[in-house]
Amino acid sequence: MIVRIATEGQFRLPDGDAGRLNELDNEAVAAAEAGDDQKFHELFTAMLDLVRSDGTELTDDELEESDVILPPPDTSLAEAKAEFSGEGLIPG
Amino acid sequence: MAGMSGRMSTVIKAKISKLLDRAEDPSETLEYSYQKQIELLQNVKKGIADVVTSKKRLQLQTQKLEQSVVKLDTQARQALSAGNEDLARAALERKQLAQTELQSLDGQVTELEGQQERLIENEKKLRTKIESFRTKKEVIKAQYSAAEAQVKISEAASGVGEEMADVGLAMQRAVDKTENMRARASAVEELEAAGAFEDITQLGEGGNDDIDKQLHELTSGAQVDDDLAKMKAELGAGSDAPAIEAPAEGAKEESQ
Repeated sequence: MIVRIATEGQFRLPDGDAGRLNELDNEAVAAAEAGDDQKFHELFTAMLDLVRSDGTELTDDELEESDVILPPPDTSLAEAKAEFSGEGLIPG
Repeated sequence: MAGMSGRMSTVIKAKISKLLDRAEDPSETLEYSYQKQIELLQNVKKGIADVVTSKKRLQLQTQKLEQSVVKLDTQARQALSAGNEDLARAALERKQLAQTELQSLDGQVTELEGQQERLIENEKKLRTKIESFRTKKEVIKAQYSAAEAQVKISEAASGVGEEMADVGLAMQRAVDKTENMRARASAVEELEAAGAFEDITQLGEGGNDDIDKQLHELTSGAQVDDDLAKMKAELGAGSDAPAIEAPAEGAKEESQ
């Protein structure tokens, strides 16, 4: 499985990590929707750490599409909320 | 995957297909994609130059404020030893405002440095990917049948497309942050223009009432009181001359 952390890079992860990542993702969404800033950051950091520690970064000359893309590491709670409401982080 | 990552993936993929769909046939996709890549690389370079310019501007302001802090501190000391406590207080208020701005500028310069490093890293990565795309397209053209080549090329193009969308996102975020900092830098410049950090000796008797009144509101009295008390203690301990009792008029002229 290839996971990209937006604005940071792509990582190759064992497929077994998908479940854990998905779990954290859902919890992070719930925390963001509840407006719990601290919990959101804890969960989001846990996701990023999982990808960085379990994954191997793709070399610069590999041209692969990602299976999963995580928002940028400096995503704020407000941005995360906007992300779910459909505004999106990516301009035009 | 649902949630954040799912939404993010969808948005980025939509952006990639928007990037690539403009071309009609595979060879056009190749050319179009390649052309886009070169364009974006130029944009990243421009973005880095922008960040560097903003950083230089903030650094220049930092230097000016540092000079003001030293000058105002000296003047407060002089005013106090001349027995003019009001003037000393005014100078300390200005000094405190300058220090507060200085702290926020320092943080911003550090943040811009981080942005600059990341953009340089991004640019390097994208450049390598573009180079790899160029090599790959030659190999594909030489080794595969037309139908297979089409599939391979669109895979490679998607890979680069994703990188382009991502670098675009990094750029946008850097630009947004830089704009916030520009606004901050302009605010400091306005304060400067209004004379908020000006040499206290440039002011007439009693100072510039309007600015001093605003400064009084802006700066915390407690800190200024502390500074004043500290200076008084230092001056009292350091000299046996009855400086505090000296007539304010005469001594003030001396300090000018």
